[in-house]
Amino acid sequence: MAEHAPSAKRIQSETDALIAPGHTLASITEKIASLALKRRTPLGWFVGFGISFLLLQALLYTLAVLLFKGVGVWGINVPVGWGFDIINLVWWIGIGHAGTLISAILLLLRQDWRTSINRFAEAMTLFAVACAVIFPVFHTGRPWLAAYWLFPYPNTMGLWPNFRSPLIWDVFAISTYGTVSALFWYVGLIPDMATLRDRAKSKAWKIVYGMAAMGWRGSARHWHNYESAYLLLAGLATPLVISVHTVVSLDFAAGVIPGWHATIFPPYFVAGAIYAGFAMVLTLSIPLRKAYGLEDFITMKHLENMAKVMLATGLIVAYGYTMEAFMAWYSGNPYEKFMMANRMGGPYAVFYWLLILCNVLAPNLLWIKNLRTNTTFLFLISLVVGVGMWLERFVIIPVSLHRDFLPSSWGSYAGTRYDWSAFLGTIGLFLTLFFLFIRFMPVISIFEMRTILPEGEGGEPKS
Amino acid sequence: MSGRHDGGEAFIDLASVRRRVDGAQGRRYWKSLEELADSPGFQEFLHREFPENASEWTDPSGRREFLKVMGASMALAGLTACTRQPAETIVPYVKPPEEIVPGRALFFATAVLDGGYAKGVLVESHEGRPTKIEGNPDHPASLGATDAATQASILELYDPDRSQTVKQLGEIRSWGAFVAAVKAALAAQKPLGGAGLRILTETVTSPTLAAQIKAVLAEYPQARWHQYEPLAPDNARTGAQLAFGQPAEARYRLAEADVIFSLESDFLGRGPDGVRLTREFAQRRRVGEGQAAMSRLYVAEGSPSLTGANADHRLSLRSSEVEGLARAVAAGLGLAVSGATGAHGPFVVALVKDLQRAGAGALVIAGESQPPAVHALAHAMNARLGSVGRTVSFSAPVAASPEAQSASLASLAQDMAAGKVDTLVVLGANPAYHAPADLEFGKAMERVALRFHAGLYEDETAARCQWHVALAHPLESWGDARAGGGATTILQPLIAPLYGGKSPHEVLSVLSSQPERSGYELLRDQWKQTLGEADFESRWLRAVHDGVVPGTEQPDVPVSPSLGAWATAAPAPAVPGLEIVFRPDPNVGDGRLANNGWLQELPRPLTKLTWDNAVLMSPRTAEKLGVALGTSNTGSANTASGSPTDVVEVRYQGRSVRGPAWVLPGHPDDAITVHLGFGRTRAGRVGNGVGFDAFALRTSDAPWFGSGAQVTKTGERVYLACTQDHWSMEGRNPVRSVSLEEFEKDPHAIAEMGEAPPRELNMYPEFKYEGHAWGMAIDLGSCVGCNACTVACQSENNIPVVGKEQVARGREMHWIRVDRYFEGDVDSPSVHHQPVPCMHCEQAPCETVCPVAATVHSDEGLNDMVYNRCVGTRYCSNNCPYKVRRFNFFLYQDWTTPSLKLLRNPDVSVRSRGVMEKCTYCVQRIQRVKIDARNQGRPVKDGEIQPACAQACPAQAIVFGDVNDPASAVSKAKASPRNYGVLEELNTRPRTTYLGSVKNPNPELA
Repeated sequence: MAEHAPSAKRIQSETDALIAPGHTLASITEKIASLALKRRTPLGWFVGFGISFLLLQALLYTLAVLLFKGVGVWGINVPVGWGFDIINLVWWIGIGHAGTLISAILLLLRQDWRTSINRFAEAMTLFAVACAVIFPVFHTGRPWLAAYWLFPYPNTMGLWPNFRSPLIWDVFAISTYGTVSALFWYVGLIPDMATLRDRAKSKAWKIVYGMAAMGWRGSARHWHNYESAYLLLAGLATPLVISVHTVVSLDFAAGVIPGWHATIFPPYFVAGAIYAGFAMVLTLSIPLRKAYGLEDFITMKHLENMAKVMLATGLIVAYGYTMEAFMAWYSGNPYEKFMMANRMGGPYAVFYWLLILCNVLAPNLLWIKNLRTNTTFLFLISLVVGVGMWLERFVIIPVSLHRDFLPSSWGSYAGTRYDWSAFLGTIGLFLTLFFLFIRFMPVISIFEMRTILPEGEGGEPKS
Repeated sequence: MSGRHDGGEAFIDLASVRRRVDGAQGRRYWKSLEELADSPGFQEFLHREFPENASEWTDPSGRREFLKVMGASMALAGLTACTRQPAETIVPYVKPPEEIVPGRALFFATAVLDGGYAKGVLVESHEGRPTKIEGNPDHPASLGATDAATQASILELYDPDRSQTVKQLGEIRSWGAFVAAVKAALAAQKPLGGAGLRILTETVTSPTLAAQIKAVLAEYPQARWHQYEPLAPDNARTGAQLAFGQPAEARYRLAEADVIFSLESDFLGRGPDGVRLTREFAQRRRVGEGQAAMSRLYVAEGSPSLTGANADHRLSLRSSEVEGLARAVAAGLGLAVSGATGAHGPFVVALVKDLQRAGAGALVIAGESQPPAVHALAHAMNARLGSVGRTVSFSAPVAASPEAQSASLASLAQDMAAGKVDTLVVLGANPAYHAPADLEFGKAMERVALRFHAGLYEDETAARCQWHVALAHPLESWGDARAGGGATTILQPLIAPLYGGKSPHEVLSVLSSQPERSGYELLRDQWKQTLGEADFESRWLRAVHDGVVPGTEQPDVPVSPSLGAWATAAPAPAVPGLEIVFRPDPNVGDGRLANNGWLQELPRPLTKLTWDNAVLMSPRTAEKLGVALGTSNTGSANTASGSPTDVVEVRYQGRSVRGPAWVLPGHPDDAITVHLGFGRTRAGRVGNGVGFDAFALRTSDAPWFGSGAQVTKTGERVYLACTQDHWSMEGRNPVRSVSLEEFEKDPHAIAEMGEAPPRELNMYPEFKYEGHAWGMAIDLGSCVGCNACTVACQSENNIPVVGKEQVARGREMHWIRVDRYFEGDVDSPSVHHQPVPCMHCEQAPCETVCPVAATVHSDEGLNDMVYNRCVGTRYCSNNCPYKVRRFNFFLYQDWTTPSLKLLRNPDVSVRSRGVMEKCTYCVQRIQRVKIDARNQGRPVKDGEIQPACAQACPAQAIVFGDVNDPASAVSKAKASPRNYGVLEELNTRPRTTYLGSVKNPNPELA
């Protein structure tokens, strides 16, 4: 690490901003561990958890209705065979991306500022994937078969899935992604689980955290193994950041439908995913740091960095939209041209222009430093981007499908109340899991926070 | 216990079920059926084995009795449980029924009735269960093809809502009680000579029925027989009488016609002769090698029709102006007529020239909706052109007693209102629903002391009669009927009456003083007189087997028209103001088929509306009235989306109805069209409450059009279910059409309208088709858009009905749809129809995207659907550029109604919820023929395999076969310069291709 020596000063100044002055090893541990260990749960947590849990019930109810009656309870039809289901799938998968990016790529790039946000960003990834996978399973006509027929398993009928289908690629991409994300998150948690085990007061929690810590004693060998495992997983997760959304985008790009059949989809989907993911991290971290007084750890510097990432990816996404429109015109293909004209002036034009407003125009306000460092503004803009990214998928999926090649089959699409309850229900599932996470787990990586303390305060020497 | 079936409680049960049934709305047919079936009342009704015992439980004393009886039988049952059950062996047929091979269908010739006329059919029967109707190639009105209504009549046979019993005032009675009641009524009439007896039937062409009625009338000389059908050709009959001074029926030979001028005649539309006329018309619309010169069709009409849609020149004008035009043309042809209008001068001039050029090859046809004078004019024009004998011939009427039915019904209504009628016997007709509104027939009926009704349904008329008898369906009973031209068919039953109904012959035999006899005996006795006693059996068998009795065609009669006073009488002056036009619904006709889910859900050829009729009007009239054209509700019932359409109130002659407005391009301005056959109140669960009842406005003086209607917006808005909201092709060319002139100049004009990529472009290895390679060619030049293919496919492939709400949400299940596009000016557009089945692409976009390989390519090039592998991701449907795939969003199939189980084709899977389905090219038929050919050690012959759509097509527009065989008909069709693939630029290489349509406009009118 000698090569980093010349930049020690820069790192020093950055660390100043990454953690508020005055913290010691003990104060960090105490502050973060106490969130999980304290006896009294704040009233606000119950309110938030209660609302999320109610929404989760809406999801369960919807899925029950869906299983009893059929996917017809949703608004899908012919020609619009995919609606909220696949919009939500892509949306949730996209949101998950920021977590993996923060944990893996920023780790490899040695971006220390990731430390205070990576834990809950990874948790967010995991929960987002959990929400996402509900849709590909339950959107099928016969989920009880789809749940396993999509996997290649040896069977007496000698039947294999169709490896030419992007949906099969999805199965591999998403299941790999889910597995690696879970491992990554859990491996990163082990040292902190040990901390909680050691600090827990009640016998029961000692046992629970003790089991989760998997016998961590903090020996040098443990640390050595841990560091290699973590780095390896980071290496594994890095291509996934790119591959998962690339594969998801191929669901569309491999189709023949105008508005789907475009080579620009993979990069612009990945950028969009990171965009949406960072927006979600901001949406979660701003209230979180406020409610739990974590301003010391999640500093303005963090928020500003995330805002910058959002601005950058937002611009890539804007470039994607521009290229889509340009290619529609430049190709001279009448179907593509019509598709673009229909997006901009058809029955769903309002959604297209809202999308442009949310995803292209609004984020440009982040150029302004005063706004970029205003938490209220950042929170609002992160919500706007979240909505914008949902609209993007709406514009791509139903709006492309509703008017494809033969005017005789043109139709229209609208979500039913079951579409909405499934969507809001997964938000409920996500928040429920997140509330449980912030109540029982260290929301910020304790041991990694310790490492960014300035040397004089007990932090590791920055070589 | 069994004796109690006749007891009082049974009636109470049934009444409650009836109420339930009546309350259920027809638009949710299958769904509500399911609900009903689940309700205890309906379960009880279906399984009437112990209907009373269920109610015993709620009655304390009855329960004790019940428990005593049941206790004893339980004890006995317990005894048997201690012993081994005796082995039961299934004994195979000791003497197997002749010809029945399990799994192999038999076909029987019979006929389906349309307005009393026979349409010859062959009915497919699986182990005694009729499942599908095909045309009878030997029958002159079928020629092997069928129309949509004929295809759908198999569903009527199994309709669970059909009347099932004899009833008196709503209570079940025995047949014997009915006979006694009739005999008593007749006994009272006997001394009066039957002065108070009236028999009302629909049009009768059946020689046996006519003889029976005449025998009754001979016994009761004062009695009268009336016939009424709302669509009866009264005007044509009166017109022929005017022109010739004698009754005559015209028979058109379109195959001979070079120039056809239709005065509002919808000869390609529904009607007893529609199939034959479509076939003959289509023959002359093909262009290519070995084809006769193309015919040219001019249509002048006041309401857009299928015939108008196929015209080379269509003149849209108000119905009341057609007569003036006819007179102008007649004057142009040199006939001494007056009353010609000066309007449409260039059209008239060019038309007259064209007609004269064609001479004997010209044909003028007047439509039933035009007054008798126009019919007489048409006959005079044909005589003038010399076409009588070539394109049109005349014969004595086929109906047993041709009369002006409207006048006949009016006199009956008068007699009833005057109290002259004591006993009314209604056989099949439903005047309480469809009689002209001014007759107030229903009210007049109340003055008749004793009213008997026999019908397939307990309809509006049955509700006004004390006695009702369930009629047997024509497919369940013996009978006979004649087709246009006279050819007579002996109807044979395919199955014993499902609900114990009686045939009309059996009902009528009750009126006779002869001992009661079965329909079979009555029929044979009648035919013994016709065919002769000698060698009767073999001739009878031959006639029944063939479906046509030889030698029954009417000979032509030489007639010559004379110009009477009608020729010079001025036509009724056109009245300014809104004109109302009445037309039968293209699917359900006069409403007798209203309870047929297949027909209700079949998109109407021009409007593409399902499950509703509407007040049709031109865009300009709609603008004037300020009504908005709606779109389908694509949301669910509770979350509506789309724009509803305005409901308008139509007032006409002091009566009014409310219905949704619908804009139809090509409709003349200042006129509205309303379709009859809707707004039924007692059609059954499917048909009740569908649409509005236009009969409520129809009067006997203006049965087809009248002026002085008023239309006002009510402010109310409703959703209609339309399968194609979009009118235009949007500059794309799914349908390619050129004029004959262009085509002759450049035969490749059609092919050059699109571009197919080179064959090398393929990501995956090429398929090799070493054996057969199935393909289809659809000739858009001859397709008239009649929808017969859609219903034939529905019947063959067990396709469910989904109901109005689901259709509106884009979930209709038809495997072959007929697309309709308007082109050109919105006031007088040209109309294109295009049947769209699965294209069976050689590079199918659906196949690559299915994750579970549920849709796969066969080695014969079929795009196979593996239902039990499908998990329903719908990716295939999204990726299908033709959107021919259909998804079972819910459990659309009715798995519970017993009678509908009999309907299903056993060779085709009945799909369940969550599964994708689509056209298979009728793979079951392909396999059947291949197996037969292999067993016989021979190759499959060309034309041997016919998918249901191709077989039904009256225009023979669909050709199917092996494209690997260069001699096959389909290969030859595909070699035509008119051949093209829709969206072939996507490199899908569709196996279904189209032959572009060629129109033959008059260059002088260009």
